[in-house]
Amino acid sequence: MSGPSDFQPSNPALKWIERRLPIFGLIHSSFVAYPTPRNLNYWWTFGAILSMMLALQILTGVILAMHYTPHADLAFKSVELIVRDVNYGWLLRNMHACGASMFFFAVYIHMFRGLYYGSYKEPREVLWILGVIIYLLMMATGFMGYVLPWGQMSFWGATVITNLFSAVPYFGESIVTLLWGGYSVGNPTLNRFFSLHYLLPFVIAGVVVLHVWALHVAGQNNPAGVEAKTEKDTVPFTPYATIKDMFGVSCFLIFFAWFIFYMPNYLGDADNYIPANPGVTPAHIVPEWYYLPFYAILRSIPNKLAGVVAMFSAIIILCFLPWLDSARTRSSKYRPLAKQFFWIFVVVCILLGYLGSQPPEGIYVIAGRILTVCYFAYFLIVLPLLARIETPRPVPNSIADDVLAKSKGRAATAASVMLAMVVAGSLLVGGTQNAKADEGGTAPPAQKWSFSGPFGKFDRGSLQRGLKVYKEVCAACHGLSYVAFRNLADPGGPGYSPAQAAAFASEYKIKDGPNDQGEMFERPGRPADYFPSPFPNEQAARAANGGAAPPDLSLITKARSYKRGFPQFAIDFFTQYQEQGPDYVDAILQGFEDKAPAGVTIPEGSYYNKYFPGHAIKMPKPLSDGQVTFDDGSPATVKQYAHDVTTFLMWAAEPHMEERKRIGMQVFFFLVVFAFLMYFTKRKVWANAH
Amino acid sequence: MTTASSADHPTRRDFLFVATGAAAAVGAAATVWPLVAQMNPDAATIAAGAPIEVDLTPIAEGQDIKVFWRGKPIYISHRTKKQIQEAQSVALSSLPDPQPDSARVKAGHDQWLVVIGICTHLGCIPIAHEGNYDGFFCPCHGSQYDSSGRIRQGPAPANLAVPPYAFLSDTKIQIG
Repeated sequence: MSGPSDFQPSNPALKWIERRLPIFGLIHSSFVAYPTPRNLNYWWTFGAILSMMLALQILTGVILAMHYTPHADLAFKSVELIVRDVNYGWLLRNMHACGASMFFFAVYIHMFRGLYYGSYKEPREVLWILGVIIYLLMMATGFMGYVLPWGQMSFWGATVITNLFSAVPYFGESIVTLLWGGYSVGNPTLNRFFSLHYLLPFVIAGVVVLHVWALHVAGQNNPAGVEAKTEKDTVPFTPYATIKDMFGVSCFLIFFAWFIFYMPNYLGDADNYIPANPGVTPAHIVPEWYYLPFYAILRSIPNKLAGVVAMFSAIIILCFLPWLDSARTRSSKYRPLAKQFFWIFVVVCILLGYLGSQPPEGIYVIAGRILTVCYFAYFLIVLPLLARIETPRPVPNSIADDVLAKSKGRAATAASVMLAMVVAGSLLVGGTQNAKADEGGTAPPAQKWSFSGPFGKFDRGSLQRGLKVYKEVCAACHGLSYVAFRNLADPGGPGYSPAQAAAFASEYKIKDGPNDQGEMFERPGRPADYFPSPFPNEQAARAANGGAAPPDLSLITKARSYKRGFPQFAIDFFTQYQEQGPDYVDAILQGFEDKAPAGVTIPEGSYYNKYFPGHAIKMPKPLSDGQVTFDDGSPATVKQYAHDVTTFLMWAAEPHMEERKRIGMQVFFFLVVFAFLMYFTKRKVWANAH
Repeated sequence: MTTASSADHPTRRDFLFVATGAAAAVGAAATVWPLVAQMNPDAATIAAGAPIEVDLTPIAEGQDIKVFWRGKPIYISHRTKKQIQEAQSVALSSLPDPQPDSARVKAGHDQWLVVIGICTHLGCIPIAHEGNYDGFFCPCHGSQYDSSGRIRQGPAPANLAVPPYAFLSDTKIQIG
């Protein structure tokens, strides 16, 4: 199809190059003149969307690597500094982190599309297998990328996933030690994961080149599943496919931007805002949503080795798909039974994803086993059987016939694509709910926060009062180590002037040194200094507080969450509700009760808190009415204190939130306008083709 | 595509293509901005570059110290009478980068020379009290500076730069 091109540039300089390296001819034959079936629908634009996502991930990743420190002691902090201090660092980090999810979202659509339309069948077997290899590489890359921020989920995800290899008979332990570079997951592991996370995307890019090459040799499949025979069946790639792909991309970007600017932590886990702690495993280890179906398969098998084998088989089996499904009709459009089974399979995958996010107990285990059997049965029983017993409907003679036949139902197609996008979006959302089982805490009441929603802004007065509460009460035990005094004067913050921030800083004693005599000394704080922590180290904090170290509060409102439950979490996606953390912190501060209710025993040295998981908290009731006086006449009540200090801590956790939402609104406005322009441009261009 | 129209009669199609292309260009430019701006110093680096105070009392006549400000070495020299004399008496016309000594020190504080200790040739650190001019000598390519930090000999094109600073008292300066 893409044989030697007869393309000749007219510019003499380009001609000179072309005679020595026919690169312009290659580009012309691959991306301009390349004949593409004229009946492709919008599911085919996901190839272009994936190319864009790969380029974007590599670009933002290379940039993040300029600021990131791959060291066990510094990685978590360096990520926080990227988000807080680097110019547009928050944007780049959100793009990269949400981008990984979007990449997987797009690849799953791409794969299901291939499955539905039989794109793996002769002569596209190698094309399909290359795709499976890309998918495997993506999974490895995504996993190692998730380890890099070195939060609790990073660390324990790395531990659990690397331990999969310990299931290998005889060599398991040696393999795991080799992967770790130590006796446990630690600094050497982080270093090599960083190195490989940087390498693998370029390997993916290489395999993508092969994937596209194979595609251009075999030619694209199409919804009708019949090969292009004449000129009438195809249109040139540029402008037709290019413009259509660009419209698809611009719609996808709107979806992507929703996450980047409004829901950056929706797909993440609150536990990953707690620095890695090798001594404490989070209550529920859940991988990122895109691994959940395979995680569910792993957990359904009660035998360690068999579970690991089943999990990897679930992916490897895709390589054999071209031979498992020997039906001659490609497209499921003309296969009434295969079509139904395809949709059942999609539901099975989504349900497996849901089960992967639930705790492995009771009904979930049994359902997981049934669905695991269904998953494998689709490939090993249903598809081979259907090839023998199914009577397909007649396929059109040519692509041109197919186009003529369906030109009446075009509006319906567009509507169905839109509907499918919405459904797919909410399904993605459905797969993300984390396994935060009831741990004995009452769900905190959802509060009204000035900073919630797309136009949310911090209440300056509340921030200033919250700072006062933190300084006079919380700071006795809790650090705020990622916040610098200069931040108090940053736009979108408490609204102090640089001079006020400097005066505030000078009230603090900061340890500095060594001086010329080699001694440490104390000096007044400067704007560049960070809030000093009340204890010199974790052991001292532990010793002074009955064995429980008070956590640093810089990220507390992002590091705490609670289960929102179904269907609330799906509604949250559309209402942009992101305030579980503030709700929880506020509730804890107000949840102390002098007497535990009957039936709840609180150990010595702990206190009853209605909202704390397990109810027994080591922190004594920190706030009481009248403890802090406000200059602005706000009521000196615990309710007010809790609300203000939580607002302040939300700002401390995300000082650029106002900027994020403001830029988000601009980006949204632009993208919607651009998508409309692209849509009409696409229609004009395609007007010539019909 | 545009053959159907001519320049005199722009069609709605042309307008649409131009508008879409322009929007794409604006979007691309706006995207590139943060990708490039992230390379500039981050907020923590800028905050750490705030002015510093240096106590001059421990520096005896004829001695000099090196302090760091914004990652740059700053030489603070307590010049001898002889050095001041030499710096003031040299004929300006004989200097590659003519500048009187009075423009390089603060009035009334002739004995204190404060310069950024980075050779203006290619950024090496000159050594104090070396060279033929009672000033600085750069070991990399042989540039020689006098007791006022002015280039006298060698490949460097300009005098050692004087950082922004001020005397807070007779014995204390603030750099930056």
